[in-house]
Amino acid sequence: MSENSLAIRKFSDLANPTRFLALADRVLPWFAVATALLFAAGLWLSFTTEGDYQQGETVRIMYVHVPAAWLAMMCYTVMAISALGTLVWRHPLADVSAKAAAPIGACFTFLALVTGSLWGKPMWGAWWVWDARLTSVFVLFLMYLGLIALNRAMDDPARSARVSAVLVLVGFVNIPIIKFSVEWWNTLHQPASVLRLDGPTIDPEFLWPLFSMAVAFTLLFFTLHIAAMRNEIWRRRVTSLRRQAVRSAGREAQAL
Amino acid sequence: MMSHAAFVFASYAVAAVTVAGLVFWVIGDGRARQRELKEFEAAGIRRRSAEASGGAGR
Repeated sequence: MSENSLAIRKFSDLANPTRFLALADRVLPWFAVATALLFAAGLWLSFTTEGDYQQGETVRIMYVHVPAAWLAMMCYTVMAISALGTLVWRHPLADVSAKAAAPIGACFTFLALVTGSLWGKPMWGAWWVWDARLTSVFVLFLMYLGLIALNRAMDDPARSARVSAVLVLVGFVNIPIIKFSVEWWNTLHQPASVLRLDGPTIDPEFLWPLFSMAVAFTLLFFTLHIAAMRNEIWRRRVTSLRRQAVRSAGREAQAL
Repeated sequence: MMSHAAFVFASYAVAAVTVAGLVFWVIGDGRARQRELKEFEAAGIRRRSAEASGGAGR
């Protein structure tokens, strides 16, 4: 066996759902504990640091809003990579990953929209404006809901995998639109102040709580995603067992 | 007019409820699926790959 095919075999061994389940069982408790500790630190920083001289206390909303919005986009990116995995490499866990991520992404997008609204009312004087950033994130939310509905509408995962993978990839065009909307168009939403080529432009007083909350939320996402993928593998096993039970019941009925 | 603190509180409350809902849904979904798998195992129905390897079929 050549070196190359050995490497491919190792990769496909990792793709074995049973191995994934064993790995998930091992890492999930650690991920959960680390997430809880980071949230404790992040929340403590969020409420002990100073308020902003203009925004006052409402700057604390940012420590939830910004990580939620960041995850809304990262989750979709994870789904797009998974969609590539389904279409290009036919990785057996890729569709499981995309399917498991959709409800999590929808929740974070919802959170970004609601907390943004709760910040907008006292600071802008409006709950909602149809500017490019807000509208494109709202479109992202609708896309998550659409993908969840599509996944639920089709019973056979083998058939739904390709269709939803194509849709996820088409929808990925929205991610750069969200990211650069504040630069391309004149928006009420402020431009980027953390992920900039010339470095963050916000005070360290706000950067630390923001950073720790962002790491906590990211770890929360991966914990939930691994757990949801495990659930999805179990769900598919239940479905195939049910089918198997029906088939063997049919055979027994014929034999009688 | 709500005070600024009320907006901050509302944001964290919505975040807590959303995250808690998501966590409990994922845990509950996992438990329900495991229960179903155990029922199949108790009924003696195993996945073919698990039969072949003699595994527990979890």
